Formats: sequence, C-alpha cells, structure tokens
Amino acid sequence: MDFPEELKYTEEHEWVMVEADLAIVGISDFAQEALGDVVFAELPEVGTVLEAGKAFGVVESVKAVSDVYAPVSGTVEEINTDLLDAPEIINTSPYEDGWMIKIRMADAKAADNLMDAEAYQAHIDEEG
Amino acid sequence: MTIIGTSGLVLNEKLLFEHSAPGRKGYSLPKLDVPKTELAAELCREEISGFPELSEVDVVRHFTRLSTWNYGVDSGFYPLGSCTMKYNPKVNEVVARLPGLADIHPATPAHLTQGMLGLMYRLQESLAEISGFAKVTLQPAAGAQGEMTGMLVIRAWHEARGSKRTKVLIPATAHGTNPASAALAGYDVVPISSDGVLTLEEVEAHMNDDVAALMVTNPNTLGLFETNIEAICKLVHERGGLVYCDGANLNALMGIARPGDMGLDVMHFNLHKTFSTPHGGGGPGSGPVGVTAALAPYLPGPGVECDGKSYRLESVNESSIGRMMAFHGNVGIMVRAYAYIRSMGPTGLKHATEMAVLNANYVRARLEGVYDLPYKNRSLHEVVFSDKDLEGGCHTLDLAKRLIDYGYHPPTIYFPLVVKGAIMIEPTETESQEVLDEFCDAMIAIAGEARDNPELLHDAPIRSKVRRLDETAAARKPKLKWEEVG
Amino acid sequence: MRYIPHTAGDVAQMLGRVGVDTLEQLFVEVPEAVRLKRPLDLPEPVSEIELLREFKGLAEKNATVETYKSFLGGGAYHHFIPAVIDQLISRSEFYTAYTPYQPEISQGTLQAIFEFQTLICQLTGMDVANASMYDGASASAEAVLMAVRLTRRKRVLLSRALNPRYRATVATYCKYLGLELVEVAVGDDGRTDSADLAEKLDDKTAAVVLGYPNYFGVIEDVAAAAELTHQHGARLVTAVSEPVALGLLKSPGELGADIVAGDGQSFGLPLSFGGPYLGFFAVLQKDVRSMPGRLVGETTDLDGQRGFVLTLATREQHIRREKATSNICSNQGLCALMVTIFLSLLGKQGLREMAEQNLSKAAYARQQFASLKNFSIAFAGPSFNEFVVRSKPPVAEVLVGLEQAGILGGLSLADDYPELADCFLVCVTEQNQREEIDALVAALQGGAA
Repeated sequence: MDFPEELKYTEEHEWVMVEADLAIVGISDFAQEALGDVVFAELPEVGTVLEAGKAFGVVESVKAVSDVYAPVSGTVEEINTDLLDAPEIINTSPYEDGWMIKIRMADAKAADNLMDAEAYQAHIDEEG
Repeated sequence: MTIIGTSGLVLNEKLLFEHSAPGRKGYSLPKLDVPKTELAAELCREEISGFPELSEVDVVRHFTRLSTWNYGVDSGFYPLGSCTMKYNPKVNEVVARLPGLADIHPATPAHLTQGMLGLMYRLQESLAEISGFAKVTLQPAAGAQGEMTGMLVIRAWHEARGSKRTKVLIPATAHGTNPASAALAGYDVVPISSDGVLTLEEVEAHMNDDVAALMVTNPNTLGLFETNIEAICKLVHERGGLVYCDGANLNALMGIARPGDMGLDVMHFNLHKTFSTPHGGGGPGSGPVGVTAALAPYLPGPGVECDGKSYRLESVNESSIGRMMAFHGNVGIMVRAYAYIRSMGPTGLKHATEMAVLNANYVRARLEGVYDLPYKNRSLHEVVFSDKDLEGGCHTLDLAKRLIDYGYHPPTIYFPLVVKGAIMIEPTETESQEVLDEFCDAMIAIAGEARDNPELLHDAPIRSKVRRLDETAAARKPKLKWEEVG
Repeated sequence: MRYIPHTAGDVAQMLGRVGVDTLEQLFVEVPEAVRLKRPLDLPEPVSEIELLREFKGLAEKNATVETYKSFLGGGAYHHFIPAVIDQLISRSEFYTAYTPYQPEISQGTLQAIFEFQTLICQLTGMDVANASMYDGASASAEAVLMAVRLTRRKRVLLSRALNPRYRATVATYCKYLGLELVEVAVGDDGRTDSADLAEKLDDKTAAVVLGYPNYFGVIEDVAAAAELTHQHGARLVTAVSEPVALGLLKSPGELGADIVAGDGQSFGLPLSFGGPYLGFFAVLQKDVRSMPGRLVGETTDLDGQRGFVLTLATREQHIRREKATSNICSNQGLCALMVTIFLSLLGKQGLREMAEQNLSKAAYARQQFASLKNFSIAFAGPSFNEFVVRSKPPVAEVLVGLEQAGILGGLSLADDYPELADCFLVCVTEQNQREEIDALVAALQGGAA
C-alpha cells in the first residue's frame, strides 16, 4: 500500500496536500481498498464553509458507505466534478486524479498537526 | 453423496415491454351499459407511452417462465438465518381466499363483519398468550413498521410522564431496522457492544437519565438466548427506561418462555416468520406489536374490541400514537397466521419450537470442526459460523454461491456484523433429518473443494439461470427501468 | 403434526448427535425463572377438515362486495381481478421465496420488480419508482419525510381534501420529528383552496400534499399547485389512492409533481378488509438517492447475459442503519407482482377502457342522484369514480336503510369531516352494473332511508 511522503493524513483516512493556504483532500489508498469499488461520491458545493473534523462528503461502494471528514477548517474552493460521473477514479488514482475537494484554509498552518506518512502507517498497523 | 442441484431446461424470457405488439389484448370488460362520458380535454392524458400490449397467453407464459428462475421454500432447503423460512401450509392459502374473508371492504360496518373481527380478535388474544403481553395491535404491516410502532409507543409513554429522554441503546448485533426505527421515533442511537450475550455491566455503563429505551433481540442474532435479560430489564426499569424486544426470533421460544414474562415492555411479531405466512418474494409481511398493560393506551388504532357479545373496531383514543396505515393492517396475512395457530394448537407450537432448536443444534453438531464456530454457548433456533477456516482464499460469499450449485438457498451471510464472514443458518422445524444431512454433506464437501479446488467456489454458481452479476456496474450507472430504444 | 417431519426415532438419533439426552436440555440457556411452566392457553389444534369448516363459518358472517351491492370506496376499491393473477401468484417459486438477496436464484422476482418499477414510472410520469411500500398512507408519510430531507425544512402542508387516514398516518410518522403539519382548506368546488394554499406556503415549507383524485373524488388542479409550491422551493407530493384514474388523467409527473405516492390495490388486489395492499412510490431522477425502499437495477453477469440485482442499497437500513432513508425492509413484494400482472393484462387499451367505464358509470350515478328530491351533489368540481352526496335525511339512517335493501351505499363523512356530517361518499366502478346503480337510486327515492 502506498502512502506518499509529501502528504499529510488523518485518523479517518483522508489525505491532505498543502499548497500555500490551499488544502487538496482525498481518501487514502488504505481507505479506498477497505471500501472496495467506489460507486458514488457526494461532494459539497463550492463555497461551503467546512469545520475540521466534520463530514463534508460521502463515498459509497456497493455494500458500504463512509463519511469523509474535513481535515482542516476553511471554504470549499473547488470540487473534483470528474468523480460525479466516474467515482471509480478514487480506486484507480486515490492521490492524483481521485482528489475530492480543495479547501481554502482559514489557517494556513492547520494541516501541520496532521500525521505524516510514517505516523499514518503506524496508525493503520495499530488499527489492525 | 447426491448433489440435488442440476441443470434442467430453463427458458429465456424477454421483458414484458419487449414482447408488446400494438393492438394485442389480454383482458375483457363488459360493454358499457351507461352513456359514455368524456372527461374535459385539459384533464386527459395521451396514451401511456411504453405500456405493454399483450395477450393473456403472453402474460401467463411470461410469468410462468420468470417463476422458474426463483428458488422458494417449496423448491428446497432455505436456511436463511433470522428469516425463519419454514414451510407455508397450503390450506392457509385456501382459507385466506374464501370470498367471505377476501372480498370484504374495510369500511363495511362492524355488525356486518363479525366473522372477520372475531378472527382478528382471537388472533390478538392468541399472540398475547404466546408472548405474555397484555395487549396486541395487529396494524403494523411488517416487522420494521412494528418496531417503529413500538418505539413511538415508548416515546408516547415517556412524553406522557413529562420525560424528555433522547437516546436509545442498541447492541451491535441488532438488525439494521432497529436503529432506523428508533430514529423515526426521533431518538438518537447509542450503539453498545455485545460479545455473544449482553451483560448487565455493558448496559449499566450506558444507562443514564437520557436513555429512553434499550432495544434487544431475544434470542439474539447469534441464535443465543440473552441469559441476563431479567436483570437487564430490571436495571433499565429502575433507571426509568423501557426495553423493546425484536421478536424476529420468536420461533425459538413458543411454549418455552414468554418475552412478556422476562420484563420486556414491547415486542413485535413477524407473522411471516414465526407464524408460517409466505414471504412473497419480499412481503407482504405483518408485524403485530405486543405491550404491557402500562403501554396499552398508546397503541395505534383502531384495534378490535369485544364486549362479550360482539366485536367492534375501537377508534383511536386521545393517548394513542395514531394510525400506521390506511386501514387495519395486512389482514390477509393475519388470516393465514390464525389458521396456522389453529392447526398447531398449544402443543404443536411448542413442538415446532423444540424441533426448530433441535434442527439448528443438529446442523451445528455436524458442521462444528469443519467450519469455525465463534460462539460456543448452546444455540437455540439458529447457528452462526464464520469463514475463518475456509481454505483456498475462499470467503463466505464463495461458499454461498457454491451452495447454489448444490441446490440450496444459501444461509444469511455477513450478518450479524460482529462475526467476520458470518454464515447464519436457521433450518426451522419443517426440515427433516435427511434434508439436514444432505445439506451438511454439501457444506462439508464445499469445505473440501475450497481446499483442493477453490476455483469451483470462485466460479460458482455455474448451474443457475445467470452467473455472478456485476453489482458495481449496476450501482455506478443505475438502470432502474426499461426504456424504449431510439 | 403434518408440517413437522420428525419421527420419535429421528429425534432420539438427532439428540444423540447433539450430545444431549432430552429436548429440555436444548433450552439450558433459558433461565428457570423465565420458563413458562404450563401449556399455552390456546384452543386445541384442528384437522384440515375442521379448519376449513371453522373458517367458512367465520366467512359466512361477513358482508362482502359480492353478497351486497357495494358503493364503498374511500381508498379501497372493488375492481375486476382477472383470474390469471391468482393462478400465477400461486406458483410457489414466487410466494415461498423471500427478498432476492441471492440474485442468481431470484431472477424471477427481480425481473418482475424491474417491470413493476417501469410500469409505475410510465403510469405516474416519473423517472424512478421503488419496489413498493406498505400502502398508500405509509407511502405518503415516507414522501413527506423525503421532502423534509431534501429541503431541510420542517413545515408540511396537507390538503384537508387528502384522505383523512393518509393524513392521520402522516401525522403518526411525523409525531416526534419536530415537524409542523398545517392543513390547507377545501374550496366550495371540493378542490384544495388555492388561495389558502398560496397564503400558507412559505419559504419554510418542505412539502405540499394533495390527493389526485382527492378523498371527495374530485380532480385537483395539480399543475397550479405545483407552480405555487415550486415558487417557494417546496416539493409537491401527490397521493393517488385510486390509480385507475391514471388510465385517463394526466400523469402527476406531467403536471409537475416531485414525488408520487399511492396505493395499488385497485390493480388486481382483493379488498381483503384493508390489506395487504401496495404502496407505490415514484420520484425524479435527481432525488433517487434520497428515496426510501428497495430498488432493482439491470446489469450483466460474468458471461455478459442480462440480469437484475438489488441496487443503490447504501440508502437502506441494513447498511446505513439510523441514517437510512427509511426503516423499511420487507415490503409488499407479492402485491407488486399482482399489480405487474394486472397491468400487463390490461395494458395500454385496457386501463384506459376501465378508467372510462368508471368515469362514465360514476357520472351516470351522479346525474341520478342530482335528480333526487332529498339528495344533492356536494361539490361541483370534476370527479372520477367517486362523489360526495348531501342528504336531507340523516346519513346514518340512509345508510342503514340501504343495508336492509342489500346495498352498501357509501361512506359517511361525519367522523372525518364534521362540516360534512350530512354527506356521504359514493364510489362507482366497472363492477357496478347499471341495474345496481338504478336500484340504489330507487331505494333512496322509495324512501328506503
């Protein structure tokens, strides 16, 4: 399983890539694998104000459904509309084409406290 | 060993709409014997686009062919756990179709429907006696509506006492309808863990002044009797709450013990499980609810009452939660259930329970050691194995699909959620030792195939009308109706 | 017992294999304190002959639509049931199966539901229909809850002309969900009062619910109501308890309905003292993920053959639990099959012809009533197969008088509508011959009342 070094991760298995005060968010390779074939992704509207730790969207497989939580607070800047027609991109390219939303962060340092790849790997090992 | 699954001649059949030919008719009506009236043009629709035009023969052959692609209890062994797929007696179908019972309009005055009201009253009384509750409503249409009814009654009881509790405790082993029904009564659900049977400590840890009720299933979805139920009910009551019982598994208790005697406050029945009415490919069911005397004023109405001489439908009183359906519930199902109770009598019902429990324990004894048995307590009417010991990279789903090739309906799978790869087998009392032996032989043979030739499981089923279906594609681009091409 | 195959020898052998000596020992986990220590107090069992005798005795004590001339409607209708239906649903591969959890051996049920969904869409003019709900009343309640979910608003307007038992069911479903139910008045013509609707609609309103036709048999102006409703961002729910009308009337979808709930009893289901009936439920494509109930979708198998599966199940209780779109699990599967068979037989021409007969016969009866001295027609609005009659003599006496003439003459409105205490609801279908209608009118004229 692949956890790129340049990303930050949450306990709920979201990943974040920070570019200045913009946070790009998706779900990790672990999460997409656990969920199975993604059949549907529900994303917020652009402009929605998000609070860290609160659900912003949903990903569904045939027999499971999972909320996706905002890793940081801020405003939705852009959503990946490709996912609405082809949610399977989350399975095939979780870290690149499968990104879900971009958040304009209220606090540009908000992501600093999230786990790095090594800590995330340890978190998964611990969850068993 | 004889494999009962085989391939016969199965006929293909198009969709109704693909058969249609303009001008073809499958009906006849009398000539209009009054002057024809025209509806104002602005109210009228065009002809219904795409609606079928078929002859009677087309229709009969269509549905006859479709029926052969199904597997029912009459086809063979159907050990679907928690669904109690017992044999559906044929005479019950006959009595439910008697014109004097089937052709009554629901608004016919009570003095002209004494036979039907009497039947419903006796069914209410019989269910109360079997379950140990003070009063029963027959109105809910199915188990889930019964649960909702029960939770609304609980809420009404609390509100009447000025209590504003907001939470309901539900064990992780519960059927998904439990939390969904509690939510419909406006409650927040607090899941509690339960490893096998529920402990007093677990309930105590969560029971506080904000908890309105605990929902349990007894015996639970692992087929285990909740041995601490009395103490748990006592505790919940002491702390001002009530206990709801999901009665889906009542087939394990008839004549042995009564939920109403255990301290439970409310329970729904599934007439389509315990009382032998057909499952109909997904309904109609019937989900009567029994309650203690304290909760009786809150039941939905109307219910059937008797003044010693005649029966009447008692309209909804002030404290009642109101009505759950347009009329009196799924009456045709009640007729079948009452016929079953009359045919079985008190000893027959107890015998059914004993044989159901014997059958489950027999299957367990034959398969233990071949399949992993996560909980070792004495099973009642059903037994839950896991796929832990299945070799060859095979999982519960593969086993289930291979059972189809052997000629069986698979058990309930992947439920309850507390057992990974659960295989939940409920044989019911209507299966003979020979049937159980053949089924167990098949289960054992499949475990061997998983070890020696796992592809047989991965490719299964191969003898059914269709092979494994692409559920992912179905969900990604849902096609939920037929549409004319072009 | 004929349904239980175990011989004494089987039982002994099986107990041996289980490793216990007695049946009693199988119940060792059931504490002594909660055991029932006496036999159940139920009547002794009866043989098949006795059972039939007993049930025939009960059946004889009921008035049916065959033993009486019936003009009862109000949400349950006496219609033609082709013989084919009972013959086909008696194939036990249909009625002894359960929910199609294993699609490979449930294609019969699955394809039939797919056809049912299609027929309901065609009939209602909507995009998506589910596999069925319990009945029209509970389907209407689910429609209200769906509109509340979609709009995140809490106010619901129910027409007073909506079937009162549907309104009561909606009220039960909404009882503890913090919703505000508001009644919209009825106008003089028996339609929902559009001025009152306009006044009560606001930007907090989630849904407006209308009967189509309404409880008085009157055909509502759905298009106008839809326009008003949509101006406020609310959803229009139409509840159809007499779907035969849709053989003739513009479909609710065409008129702008957002959710169509209804009851399918008229399509081949026996009256059966109120159930089992069938709730149907249809929505627009954009709302499909908020809809309650099971859905069947088309797909292919490993060999590329067409097949059907339960789909979009993540909305449902077994996956989403307390966050599900509904708690419904078992629905009215076999009733949906009956409706599918009925509509296949009647088809495009048959449903229209049946609807025309209902319309014409009811119009004929309505004219006859209008000519009576002591009776008049309460509402002038256009009607389908039901209408409200105003009576000078007390309604209860009129109806009892008719009973004595072997006629179930209609439904009193007194309990549900105190303002219409002098009125009753009359229903006329293709089952009522002209002679029956004439007999009803003659009985009233002759002072059977």
